[in-house]
Amino acid sequence: MATAVGIIFSNIHDNNVAELTRRRTMASVPFGCRYRLIDFTLSNLVNSDITHVGVVTNHNYESLMDHLGTGKDWDLARRSGGIKLLPPFITAFNSGNNIYNTRLEALRGIIEFVSSCNEDYVILADCDTICNIDLSEILGSHIESGADITMAVKSMYITPTIRKGYEIIESDEEGRVTDIADCAGNVSGYKDVNLNIWVMRRKYLENIILDSTAHGYTNLSADVIAKNLSRSDYRIFRYDGYFASINTLTDYYMCSMDLLSSSTRDGLFNVKNRPVYTKVKNSSPTTYHDGCEVRNSLLADGCVIEGVVENSILFRGVKVGKNTVVKNSILMADTLVGENVSLNCVIADKDVVIRDGRVLSGHETKPFFIDKLTVV
Amino acid sequence: MIKKKECVAMLLAGGQGSRLYLLTQKVAKPAVPFGSKYRIIDFTLSNCINSGIDTVGVLTQYQPLALNEYIGNGQPWDLDRTFGGVMVLPPYQGSKRADWYKGTANAIYQNLHFIDKYDPDYVVVLSGDHIYKMDYSAMVEFHKRNGAACTIAVIDVPIEEASRFGIMNTNEDYSVYEFEEKPKNPKSTKASMGVYVFSKDKLYDYLKADEEDETSDNDFGKNIIPAMLRGGEKLFAYPFKGYWKDVGTIDSLWEANMDLLGDRPVFDLKNKSWRILSRNASNPPQFLGNGATVENSLITDGCEIYGTVINSVLSSGVKVAKGAVVKDSVLMSDVVVRENASVFYSIVDSETDVGVNAKVGEEKEESEGITLVGGGLKIKDSSVVPSGVRADEAFLDSLYKQAQEV
Repeated sequence: MATAVGIIFSNIHDNNVAELTRRRTMASVPFGCRYRLIDFTLSNLVNSDITHVGVVTNHNYESLMDHLGTGKDWDLARRSGGIKLLPPFITAFNSGNNIYNTRLEALRGIIEFVSSCNEDYVILADCDTICNIDLSEILGSHIESGADITMAVKSMYITPTIRKGYEIIESDEEGRVTDIADCAGNVSGYKDVNLNIWVMRRKYLENIILDSTAHGYTNLSADVIAKNLSRSDYRIFRYDGYFASINTLTDYYMCSMDLLSSSTRDGLFNVKNRPVYTKVKNSSPTTYHDGCEVRNSLLADGCVIEGVVENSILFRGVKVGKNTVVKNSILMADTLVGENVSLNCVIADKDVVIRDGRVLSGHETKPFFIDKLTVV
Repeated sequence: MIKKKECVAMLLAGGQGSRLYLLTQKVAKPAVPFGSKYRIIDFTLSNCINSGIDTVGVLTQYQPLALNEYIGNGQPWDLDRTFGGVMVLPPYQGSKRADWYKGTANAIYQNLHFIDKYDPDYVVVLSGDHIYKMDYSAMVEFHKRNGAACTIAVIDVPIEEASRFGIMNTNEDYSVYEFEEKPKNPKSTKASMGVYVFSKDKLYDYLKADEEDETSDNDFGKNIIPAMLRGGEKLFAYPFKGYWKDVGTIDSLWEANMDLLGDRPVFDLKNKSWRILSRNASNPPQFLGNGATVENSLITDGCEIYGTVINSVLSSGVKVAKGAVVKDSVLMSDVVVRENASVFYSIVDSETDVGVNAKVGEEKEESEGITLVGGGLKIKDSSVVPSGVRADEAFLDSLYKQAQEV
């Protein structure tokens, strides 16, 4: 049986949603009532029997460490394999205070981890790819085709106005990659978007890392992949399930609201034999009081609802007081909303307190964001 | 012995709980779901770990599979330890004898070697079928302070109910001078909660003596406690104030679930300083659809509500479709209530499917009692399950036959 190790980049795309990543990594951005973004990638790996996972970190990773713990909630507390946090470190060779900036530099920092594994294959994945994908399928297809690298793609409709960090992969009829480039407003129509889930032999990755160190390359797609398109065999693997990636705060808002549609939830959470795992918090069940009204909303455990909640996403331990109306909003863990409050298109980060009588509103194209631990 | 524990807990979880009927046909009583996301045994296990007791022997006998699976290595309760932790102790075949557990005392007797391993000073004996939050460490302190051989936790019950319990008659300093099992004319209202602290050596002495007595029922309440009193040992009653409920009957199970509801619930699960831990399945968040009306209810992960839910407790994965009504009921995990069906004043066990337009039970005021529906059943569309019945597969079959004949 082919064995594979997973490598997750936890700080990639931190700059996309600066509001949410001021105090945390992209990987630990809360999403969907009870999850953090990394839960989706971790669950995909575990559900595909990949139980050796390295999580590459850069900065701000306290909340991520807290979330992952020993990894037991993903069944990754293992004597052999399991989850391993790979923080950056300063060595004699990268003197100064430079820690890495790009994916390739990050990989260079973990070359020891990559060489010390004994799995044959490696799966590179981003922390913020929200999807439910069977990675053993892509691994199988990779082995069968004998490609150097297999890249998961999803066909999406791209308009020139979308310039949000998508990478577009062009390929021929046989699935050979012919081009890889950032989406810069120069393309439109149905395009294959790079999910940043790549499969290759572990030795092949080692060679890439060593070669790029030798040549001083810094960008994996532009310096390594694009330059070797004609010489190497890169292939695509088409994924057609639910996929979302978060590139702006508005994106975060839209993707969260998407969860209110049952087809999104079915595609993400209700896939047979592929549950999404997260840290267990032992919250009590959610209490609905007399006179509360809750419509078209997704709620985690531990909430206490006395008011009106509509089209909203409530994380664990949120309290909504009497005569309060919460509409089209995302309230993260332990947000306290008092009485006679009105909220519309608000994103409240963790532990926010909204006092009695406050009226706050944003717009779905520009949600009103309240930073962690703020008292309004 | 290099390492030892001060306290070891022995949790009696072997009872069938026959008065829960259908609910305990396939699982032991401690494994019966309770309070939306818990099982009955979660309360005792959480009390142990919250009281600093990290070594727990769970004595099982009746239908242990679900319970064993649920407890597993004890990780959800932080009871996966290198020294101590939780251990399931089923009856076993020895070199000289092979016995089922003959009684509560015999169950502990057969597992003295488990206790020996930890060389404890005190043994806490618990039952796995009560709903309460209690700090056992305070009781052990009380036991130590009194220099007692055995301390029995008691709770004040109304005098008219006292004859249903084992009653402790005590002096002013809470020392026990008499124990009466289910007395006709109770002299006190101090009912035993089935929570005991024993000094280990005394426990060993009396268990061994009890074992030699062939006429004994090998029961703590019936035999050990009276024998200790006769032997002149120091027995104390530890007064417990707070919520405590024996959920041994369908009515009390329903009531205990309802005690979790209300603006100020009689029994509050939300207090974070005494968290009740449980094994969690990975369910997505709960979703309430556009037509949903939910009042005074507890709902947990994995539920999808499009209909009406009033005064009810729903376990994970319950689906209530459009137009359906669930009222004054306890629905266990993965129950499906289809379009325009209604469930009134009922307890419905896991994975039962209530068909379109079907009606289970009657409004509480008009009903003849709680309707109990077993697990994994299919209630056909538009059928009516009357109130106050215990509906299992055979019952439903005869119900459908009757409907055909009419």
